[in-house]
Amino acid sequence: MSTATLEPRVHAPRNYLNADYGWKSWLFTLDHKRIALLYLVSITFFFIIGGSFAVLMRIHLVEPQGALVQPETYNKLFTLHGIVMIFFFLIPSIPAVLGNFLVPLMVGARDLAFPRLNLLSWYIYIVGGMFTLYSAIAGGVDTGWTFYTPYSSTYSNTQVTAVAIGVFITGFSSILTGLNFIVTIHKMRAPGLTWFRMPLFLWAMYATSIIMVLGTPVLAITIFLLALEHLFHVGIFSPALGGDPLLFQHLFWFYSHPAVYIMILPAMGVVSEIIPCFARKRIFGYKIVAFSSVAIAVLGFLVWGHHMFVTGQSVYAGLIFSMLSFLVAIPSAIKVFNWTSTLYKGSISYDAPMLYALGFIGLFTMGGLTGLFLASLATDVHLNGTYFIVAHFHYIMVGGAVMGYLGGIHFWWPKISGRKYPNMWAGIAAVIIFIGFNLTFFPQFVLGYLGMPRRYAFYPAEFQVLNVMSSAGATVLGVGYLIPLIYLIWSMRYGPISEPNPWGATGLEWKTSSPPPTENFAEIPVVTEEAYAYAPGEAAGD
Amino acid sequence: MQSFPFQPDQASTIAKSVDQLYFFLTAVTLFFTGLIFSVIFYFMIKYRRRSPDERPKAIEGSFPLEVLWTAIPTVIVALIFVWSSTLYFRNAEPPKGSLEIFVTGKQWMWKVEHPEGQREINEMHVPLGRPVKLTMTSEDVIHDFFVPAFRVKKDVLPGRYTTMWFEATKVGTFHLFCAQYCGAFHAGMIGSIIVQEPDEYERWLAGGAPGESMEQAGAKVFQANGCPTCHLADGTGLGPSLLGVYGNPVKLTTGQIVTADDAYVRQHILNPKVTTVFGYHSIMPSFQGQLTEEQLNNLIAYIRALGKAQPMPKEAGKQ
Repeated sequence: MSTATLEPRVHAPRNYLNADYGWKSWLFTLDHKRIALLYLVSITFFFIIGGSFAVLMRIHLVEPQGALVQPETYNKLFTLHGIVMIFFFLIPSIPAVLGNFLVPLMVGARDLAFPRLNLLSWYIYIVGGMFTLYSAIAGGVDTGWTFYTPYSSTYSNTQVTAVAIGVFITGFSSILTGLNFIVTIHKMRAPGLTWFRMPLFLWAMYATSIIMVLGTPVLAITIFLLALEHLFHVGIFSPALGGDPLLFQHLFWFYSHPAVYIMILPAMGVVSEIIPCFARKRIFGYKIVAFSSVAIAVLGFLVWGHHMFVTGQSVYAGLIFSMLSFLVAIPSAIKVFNWTSTLYKGSISYDAPMLYALGFIGLFTMGGLTGLFLASLATDVHLNGTYFIVAHFHYIMVGGAVMGYLGGIHFWWPKISGRKYPNMWAGIAAVIIFIGFNLTFFPQFVLGYLGMPRRYAFYPAEFQVLNVMSSAGATVLGVGYLIPLIYLIWSMRYGPISEPNPWGATGLEWKTSSPPPTENFAEIPVVTEEAYAYAPGEAAGD
Repeated sequence: MQSFPFQPDQASTIAKSVDQLYFFLTAVTLFFTGLIFSVIFYFMIKYRRRSPDERPKAIEGSFPLEVLWTAIPTVIVALIFVWSSTLYFRNAEPPKGSLEIFVTGKQWMWKVEHPEGQREINEMHVPLGRPVKLTMTSEDVIHDFFVPAFRVKKDVLPGRYTTMWFEATKVGTFHLFCAQYCGAFHAGMIGSIIVQEPDEYERWLAGGAPGESMEQAGAKVFQANGCPTCHLADGTGLGPSLLGVYGNPVKLTTGQIVTADDAYVRQHILNPKVTTVFGYHSIMPSFQGQLTEEQLNNLIAYIRALGKAQPMPKEAGKQ
């Protein structure tokens, strides 16, 4: 498996990949870069599982009466699709893979602040994942990823406990990762790397970590209470036991709405790196982009009630949550305008990472704007609980977060693997994913407006045309996802060797070799210039 | 495959106004998506890299531009917020004199009771042009009553009442969906709202051969459960008289003053200790688990009717 044996060069430079061999050197590694790769393999595994559930769902929905499975099975498919994709792919995706790999490199450190904690967080993630896989094999779970009570706590007789334990455990892995990043960014920045010289990816990781550390405990408590009611019939959420049926939703969304920002902020950070690099331009409005990440993180905690406009909560609570939700739109819009303006008078190349990043901007813009329909009370009443919601959050979480993740993987792949991938195939894949994504999810906006509720295993015949369109688009999207999987694996062995800085990017991670040595830098670098100093001869700055 | 329309039926008084907002939002979305896409494409072509060693000059940013593109979205979202909240607020309360219908959701069906006593399952007949208020509860998990053609939706919760209202403007049959996932046959928890001309609706009501009205059924539940032993009409019993209570303020032993609405009546029947009325002893037993949701609905209909009666002067009762 070594890269060294394939290369004719006698002096293969030592790097983190060839420093040591054997399974022990991976499973007991404390190197943040190797842990990042452990995460990369695990989340790819979960992405494939979650994706297969989606494929089965889209095949099933081709016919109004359901083409493939029993309704009970369909319910388990969408539940596991959501749980796997959110808790085991999207939330760890950029932070645990790219963040783990890049945070120490970008701050100019030799590792994260707590390397052992970092390895522990991966093991915790795997244990949580095992519980979830067990639940899937042992019969599945049918509550929806939202676990609404009292259905989940007292009515569902599926594997609620196993999944709840899985999600509960995995939460701690997020908390440890967040903690590690916060401490590393605070304490381990290289000399000269002031807060406002940090790459925006670090700002995004910082904002994300704060949400992870503050929000995830609430999820843990909520799931714990759910398990308590499910197993021991302690009345908390079920009115039949004297509980409050809406309390669960308040607690759940208090975490799960900010969790959306755990997924999207890192992708915004990735895009903020890619756009300047391929436009050879300092990011437009650095501080504004940095602070808008923080603003989104803070406001994100104050908007959970917009998931509950139709639960009968007071109209005044509805008004306040509506207003706060609209406010989140503002920093998001500011970011989009700044990214776009970064292109102005740049020198733009169309390499694959850039295509993903531009695709991100387009899809995120649509996802964000359709969020206005749901922040707005009068239209949310009609659209809540329909396919409009499904379309909206897939634009944010797949069109946004996954596009950002793929863009980041393509951008830093030469650094991670030391190899290049075929740029043309990567560009084709980016375009196919963009088109396939829109074909899959755009029809769902129309379906939702027409009134088709989500989570329906069968549906009235008038919704069939749009469902067939969506399923057809999903096959295009599926093909789009397979292509990078193939050429990236191919490139690990056969790709041309990459130079340390193939894109001509700024940032400390590009100043070391590709792949980096275990200790990252022979000497701790000293930072003398602003971030994104792409302009000639000058340290771009104020 | 059937062809599909691009718009659901507009069959209620609010449907048009919700759609107007919807189309405005669609226009905003299209405009900004179009703007961002065009600017990106324009820049991508105009500023494409022409030689590998191009090094464009840095632009730090622009404060006036940042202010501008903070202000524009702020103004737009403020406008949408005011527009949509006004609409929502205006439609939050049912108009006076609405026809009142009870809805009970259970896995996986909708049970409907008309005040005159007609019962329906997965169907609801309503008259054209008259506001209809639904009082809804669930026997098990959370459901959601969704009529796309009316642009209305409200969760149906166990242990609580939620209300919603609509006024149909079109004769016909419209989808009723459960829009909150509720278990195995969630997708089958669907039904029809049948809007009829008022006279046709009257005929339907009359033809339904109702045994008794909800109020009458409630009176029977009231008798059968021994309620009148304490709740004497003249107020001389161990519990307060229920005449003229519903809809009016009640003072509790805690000193709190609450309005005797559906939620209060329900809670008082199921968990009376919490809401003992000022001046009375906390001796009423709980009826939790002894009454079905429908019996509770009937009781509430009966107590609502008692609420319209004048309280009897105590002396009158003593004679």
